[in-house]
Formats: sequence, structure tokens, C-alpha cells
Amino acid sequence: MKSLPSTLALGLRRGNLEIRQFLRQRESVVFTLLFPLILLAIFGSVFKDTIAPGVTFSQYFVAGMIASGLVNSGFQQLAIIIPMERDFGSLKRLRGTPMPAASYFIGKTILVLASMFFQVVLLLAGGVIFFHLNLPTSASKWITFTWLILLGTASSTSLGIAFSVVPKSGRGASAVVSPVVIILQFFSGVFFIFTQLPFWMQQVAAIFPLKWLTQGMRSVFLPDSFAASEVAHSWETGRTLGILLIWLFVGTYFSIKTFKWERE
Amino acid sequence: MSVIEVRNLRKSYGSTHAVAGVDLEIAQGEIFALLGPNGAGKTTTVEILEGFRERDSGDVRVLGFDPQVQGQNAREFRDRIGIVLQSTSDAGDLTVAETLHHFTGYYSKPRDADEVIAAVGLSEKKDALIRSLSGGQRRRLDVGLGIIGSPELLFLDEPTTGFDPEARRAFWTLIRELRDGGTTILLTTHYLDEAEALADRVAVINRGVILEISDPAHLGGRSTSLARVQWESSGQMREEMTAQPTAVVTRLTSEFGGEIPKLSVSRKTLEDIYLEMIGHSEGDSQ
Repeated sequence: MKSLPSTLALGLRRGNLEIRQFLRQRESVVFTLLFPLILLAIFGSVFKDTIAPGVTFSQYFVAGMIASGLVNSGFQQLAIIIPMERDFGSLKRLRGTPMPAASYFIGKTILVLASMFFQVVLLLAGGVIFFHLNLPTSASKWITFTWLILLGTASSTSLGIAFSVVPKSGRGASAVVSPVVIILQFFSGVFFIFTQLPFWMQQVAAIFPLKWLTQGMRSVFLPDSFAASEVAHSWETGRTLGILLIWLFVGTYFSIKTFKWERE
Repeated sequence: MSVIEVRNLRKSYGSTHAVAGVDLEIAQGEIFALLGPNGAGKTTTVEILEGFRERDSGDVRVLGFDPQVQGQNAREFRDRIGIVLQSTSDAGDLTVAETLHHFTGYYSKPRDADEVIAAVGLSEKKDALIRSLSGGQRRRLDVGLGIIGSPELLFLDEPTTGFDPEARRAFWTLIRELRDGGTTILLTTHYLDEAEALADRVAVINRGVILEISDPAHLGGRSTSLARVQWESSGQMREEMTAQPTAVVTRLTSEFGGEIPKLSVSRKTLEDIYLEMIGHSEGDSQ
């Protein structure tokens, strides 16, 4: 008898299907991919000042938009869509097949990664063309960028899956999830310059991953001289890595332990 | 050989005894129907067998597995069963063919997707998005997904809700073909005629206990129950309950000297028996 396909093979198969499904929802595709660019256009037009020598607000803001993209595509999107899939009964149906839960999670991760890839390409291209965005030139910055995207995607995805048990229904999910994300964005220095926020806000933000993703992205897109202007007078790359890993662990743990396949 | 063996199965939700000591034995290649009003314990029993719910106590073996298995054994268990749930309504951004092809990848010995599409009568809708399907067509897709893994045991929960009469007949033919191919089928349904047409045996469950298990023709002493002969005499309907309806009709024929006005001879339907068993008030609450 032929044996069952491996968890990873099924995860890739799920990822392929998730992307195909996502691409069929045109409005959602356009909104998800273009929204960061639209925000960049708005903020870039409003704030024309430079923050530090050679650092425009657009340059500062791109770092925040990419970090936010990770939270939106992973955490926010999944914590809204999974309760809907649960309401539809599609999760229960999957539960009744030999597909392992891990394959479903891998599929979601691939979807988030694909969505991030297109968002980043569009945002960077649009930024360079319209807003004089300077891309990093050193290999080490691109390496930092890559692991931030990968680790950010993984932790954001796992936290989105874990948080999907909180909304009681698909219909109410957006109302529960979106405020969490918006408040985090304000606290984490996405829309404002982090060092100008009240101390307590900085302290709260430091608990959550978005602040670290944003700061990490600044270390990629801003000159190294700007590190001195950060709260810790440093990019804190090691600490960023550690905190993202902790959140990845927390998200994965709760995804496995508390995931709900059907409505109560 | 038994595909499903259940001994003294119990499950409570708080102080409600949803399943209060159920025994079942279902043989390979059998179509077994579980009948009962809503809240009788039907769904809980089936979901325990499917592995969706954990039992409080009792012995359960499905294809030799404890349905509560986890990990790799759970995958092997689910590789051999098919489940058609009561209500699934995916967002529907995939086509019928894409969905079925995708699901073939989950199983160790899947059926051919196109063959399944034809079997459930969706060949013409193969490339249609699921969101464009009618309720009955979606239901047929659900059934297609239930049988895509060549299951040895198929669970069907209210499979023909929303079908038109023609689609129901076609569905029954499909189910009989599966049974003839050796698939064991556990069916829950509200339609008594469906149970009668399909099931080799039926069980009536109420208040968490099984009242009787029998073939549809013998349930509730149906085969030996008296026939009812009705006719009109001097402007009034008369009736007689009898074990020998032919004798009664012969007698009436000679009394009337020919045609008997408004004559009818009937026996209890499966539905009459069922409603007697579960009590009329509960039957109405469905």
C-alpha cells in the first residue's frame, strides 16, 4: 500500500492552494498589496522634513510599513480568516481528512510569505520611483532584511493562528483583531518617530514584536549613524532576534495547544 | 467482520447525558441508518466515531482504531474513512475540479478525481467556481470529497438535504454502488423514506439510548403489525384492524356485492413506527 504523503509535501500543496485562493479575491489582493504604498504616498506627502541628516520621513516610514506588512499579512489576516474558515465548516472538513495540522500551518505560512514578497517588491519599487527611497547597499543589511522577513513572517503567522481562537465568530473577528493591530502600530513607531513617543508607550511596545520588527527594519533602511538616535543608542540586533524567537515559540505553542477546528 | 464496535458508550455535557450507554455493531459492507430527533444523541455518537469528540466512557473500535488516536495513527485512521458533514460552505474561490484534485493529495490511495466528479454528477460543473453552485450541487461536492480517499467506511450526515427528488434517486444509486463495492456506510437522516430505501439496518436513538435496531421492514414489529382496512358504509367511514386483510376485503366484497366504496388497505409506514417509538411530542420538535 502506498504510504501517506509527508507533512511538508502536504504543507507545500496547501500553500499552493492558499495562494491560488487568495489571488482569486481580487479586491483583497489589490488592497493588501497596494495599501502600504498608498500609506507611503500619504505620509511622504504630509511629512516632507528630514529626521536626521540624510534621513527623510519616507525612509523612516518604509521601515515601519514593511514591519507592519508582516503583522498585517500574518497576524491580522490569519486571525480574521481562520475564524471565518471555522464558521464555514471548512476547517472541520480538513480535520476529518488525513492532512496533519502542521501542513495546514505550513500552508498559511507560505501564503503570508508570498503576500509579503509581493508587498515588499511593490513598496520598495514604488518608494524608489516616487519617493527617492534609498535601498541598502551592503550585503550584511540585505542579510538582516532577509532573516527579519523570514522570522517576522513565521512569528506573525504563528501568533495569528494562535489568536484565531479569540474571535468567537468570523463575522466579529475583524472588530476584535484590527484595533489590536492599529494600537500596536501607533505604539511601535510605525506612524510616528518612536523616540518621540511617551516613555510608557515605548515600554508597552517593547513587549510586542512589532516594535522590534520596525526597529530591525530601520537598521536595514537607515544609515548606521542613526543607531545613536534610537532609544538604546543601538540597533539591538541580538535582542531583536531573541524577542522574535520567543514570540515564535509562544505563537507555535499556542497554535498547537489551543487551535480550534470547529465552532463551539 | 465488524467495522464499528461500540460498547456502553457514554458522553455527558454538564448534567445532560447526550449518550447514555449505546451499543452498536456494524458489519462490513452494510448501510446502517441512525434515526432520531434532534438532541437524541445521534450527532454526538457519530462525532465520537469520527474522532471529532472524546467520549466519557465505553469501548469504541472503528476499523480497529480507537477514534481518539492522535498523531500518525490518526492520519492512518482518517485515511480509511470518509466524512460528509452536515453543513460546509467554503468561501468557494476554487473550482470543483481543483478542490477534488487537491484533496486526492491527502490520501494514500485516492480515487481518480474526474471519476468522482462524474460519479456525483458534477461533470458539467467541473470548472465552475464552488461559489456558483446550487445548494444541491454543493452537497454533491461534499459527497465527492467524502469518497475521494476510497474510504472503507463512509459517514453521511443528512446527505440529501436540499436535493430535488431526481438528485436524491441518483444519490441513492451512488450510495448503493459504494456499498456493493464493499464500503460500509453509516447514515444519519431525517428522511424515513431514505432510511427505508437505503438502509440494511436502522437504529432508533432517543435520549441517548438506542430503542431498537432492526431492518427497516421489521422495525417496531412493523411486519407483524395489523393492517388497517377502511371503507365507507352508509355515508360513514369505517375501519377494521386485522391480521387477515384479504379475508376482510373478501367479506366486504360479498357484503357490498361488488365494489367497496372508498376502500383502502394500509400498514404502518416506517414513519408511523418511528414516531410511535420516540413519542409524538418529541417527533414534532424537529
